[in-house]
Amino acid sequence: MRGRNEILADIRANKPKFSAPAPDVPNYDGDYPADTAGLQGRFIAVLEKMGGAWAEPEAGEPLEATLRRALADRLDANSIIASNVGEIKGNRPVRADDTPASLHDVDVAVLRARFGVAETGSVCFTEAELTANAVAYLAQHLVVLLDPAAIETNLHRAYRRDDYKTARYTVFHTGPSATADIEGVLVRGAQGVRSLTVIPVR
Amino acid sequence: MSTPDPNQTLNSAEAVHEAQPKPAKARPGQRVDHAGAAREFLHSPVHAQSHDERVWAMRQRRDTAMETIPEWEELRDLASQIKTHALTHLDKYLEQFADNAAANGVHVHWAGDAADHNRIVHEIFTRHGVKKVIKSKSMLMEECGFRHYMEGVGIDIVETDLGERIQQLDKEDPSHVVVPAVHKMRSDVSQVFAKTLGSDPNNDDAHYLTEQQRQATRPLILDADAGMTGANFAIAETGGFVVCTNEGNADLSANVPNLHVASIGIEKIVPKLSDLGVFIRLLSRSALGSPITQYTSHFRAPKSGGEMHIVLVDNGRSKRLADERFWSSLKCIRCGACMNTCPVFRRSGGLSYGATYTGPLGLILDPSIDAYRYSNLPFASTLNGSCTNVCPVKINIHEQIFEWRQVLAEDDMIPWTKKSTLAAAGRTLASPRAYRTAIKSAHSALKHLPDWALYNKLNAWGQVRDLPEVPAEGSFHDWYRKHRMDQSESASGDSE
Ligand code: SF4
Repeated sequence: MRGRNEILADIRANKPKFSAPAPDVPNYDGDYPADTAGLQGRFIAVLEKMGGAWAEPEAGEPLEATLRRALADRLDANSIIASNVGEIKGNRPVRADDTPASLHDVDVAVLRARFGVAETGSVCFTEAELTANAVAYLAQHLVVLLDPAAIETNLHRAYRRDDYKTARYTVFHTGPSATADIEGVLVRGAQGVRSLTVIPVR
Repeated sequence: MSTPDPNQTLNSAEAVHEAQPKPAKARPGQRVDHAGAAREFLHSPVHAQSHDERVWAMRQRRDTAMETIPEWEELRDLASQIKTHALTHLDKYLEQFADNAAANGVHVHWAGDAADHNRIVHEIFTRHGVKKVIKSKSMLMEECGFRHYMEGVGIDIVETDLGERIQQLDKEDPSHVVVPAVHKMRSDVSQVFAKTLGSDPNNDDAHYLTEQQRQATRPLILDADAGMTGANFAIAETGGFVVCTNEGNADLSANVPNLHVASIGIEKIVPKLSDLGVFIRLLSRSALGSPITQYTSHFRAPKSGGEMHIVLVDNGRSKRLADERFWSSLKCIRCGACMNTCPVFRRSGGLSYGATYTGPLGLILDPSIDAYRYSNLPFASTLNGSCTNVCPVKINIHEQIFEWRQVLAEDDMIPWTKKSTLAAAGRTLASPRAYRTAIKSAHSALKHLPDWALYNKLNAWGQVRDLPEVPAEGSFHDWYRKHRMDQSESASGDSE
């Protein structure tokens, strides 16, 4: 049995006999639109390609109504909506000390995204937005509030942020759970959520 | 992490009733017979064609994705340089990673080999009274024979990646690092699920089958005592690690049970968070052509009330670092692009390699795990260089395959038929003029040799495939002489 010291000693003895410097990594985001509307357009295009949906609230429409409209064919009167955001009430609170498995009956989880990424159409959460991490995977559907002003250009910019240094858990969601493991056929909702809807909140 | 293309379905129009070829596994101490197993695969033409088409479709989607990124080649260079930097400072970054992880409240363990890994995880499970485990796909755990070990000690492991679950239920190994069940057709999956999950044996619709698996697996997820994941990258700067999936199954495995154990190969270390920009941009595009996997998850510390363990596994990696010819294979990020582009992989199916790592990646990793057992594998390549061209971390894959042939020949690991061909090939390749003559005569031989000479028992490929048409232009060298030499002053004749 070789432990930490033995393994490190082997690496020291065996590693290549030269030492290469770390390269500088540019941001490669010169071609991204500088304005929020432009970035939002890029974001929506990729989000939809990855199977997500963008739901624009109509003038004067409360967000809860936007949610119901966007998920009309997936919800009924008894659906369990667990909301982590003030703007939408929901009917099932999520608490940090909920046993994860107890969240299995949630139909819709509503979360606020920390930021978005235009390059990939991703939304980012940490445990602060999730409250109980598991709700974002056990729920059947996910509804995400995103401030369009918080869309980063690409992954290089996204990784220049500090979130991952302080959060215990940071995750990019890019559309719903998906698989193509059976004869290459795309199926949404393999294990996690069956749909992901982003509502802009400015 | 199988990714989907919304615009394309490859589902065959009609149900297929051809049985899935199942090559026998080499017994311990035996040499894997890749050519024999490949021959068997090719004798199931519907499976062989479907496999070829589906794997090639991934390669094409990769090309399309790559073309949208003007800095693609720069990213490959950066990825390769970051890995070189990390591997030439691996001791320093591993220590930094482990110390940071410990400071974040994670329990860090070190495993010298596969047996250490399995024993360490078993001990953690015993301490917590764990009986039921949900697990996300991990090639390292496959490498360690983890699931079989756990079966032996009465701990239930449930795979949560659909492809890997299909393989588990069928008691078969994964055949591809990204899409473990890509060699199966939906009729095969329907049979497996009918037998193991009680689904309708006459329904082979992919949506129906996926839903059956979702319904069957969810109670097991809710009921699990522990969750396991691997890691795609481990970041020294934060002590955290990243897992990429399309199903969100790593997040279920890590976030539903309170105990999370992650198995991480020591070569997965990258120095900084900002390095991830390069790798995440390359990984899923190289694998399946999507800009990112549906889920990219960064684990740094246990969730509140939870417990997290990391097992850092060597299992031959520190030894491989010492070999000038092969150390750079440790850069591999397991995207599978080299398999998708490899003509031999596409036509022989992953199971024919009889190893955890298949395709070109397997040819350079497997012999370092067991030179005798996998001594046939470095011959399962046309050396066309396509693998090297697509590799996002720029590993010189085909050159390493060729190096392995030489190493195995020197160590007397190669059967005599291959050795005599190789010796002749070596002499020919060493002399440019002889090489060109050989090519010319091979061309005329292809035209004039009677079929019996090509389609005989010693030539596994010839038995089921027609040999390629001979290009009218002859060899590349001929073409080059004719079309370029007279135009280019700098071209010199015998520079090979
Ligand atoms: S060797 Fe290169 S192309 Fe092949 S799986 Fe590894 S990283 Fe991908």
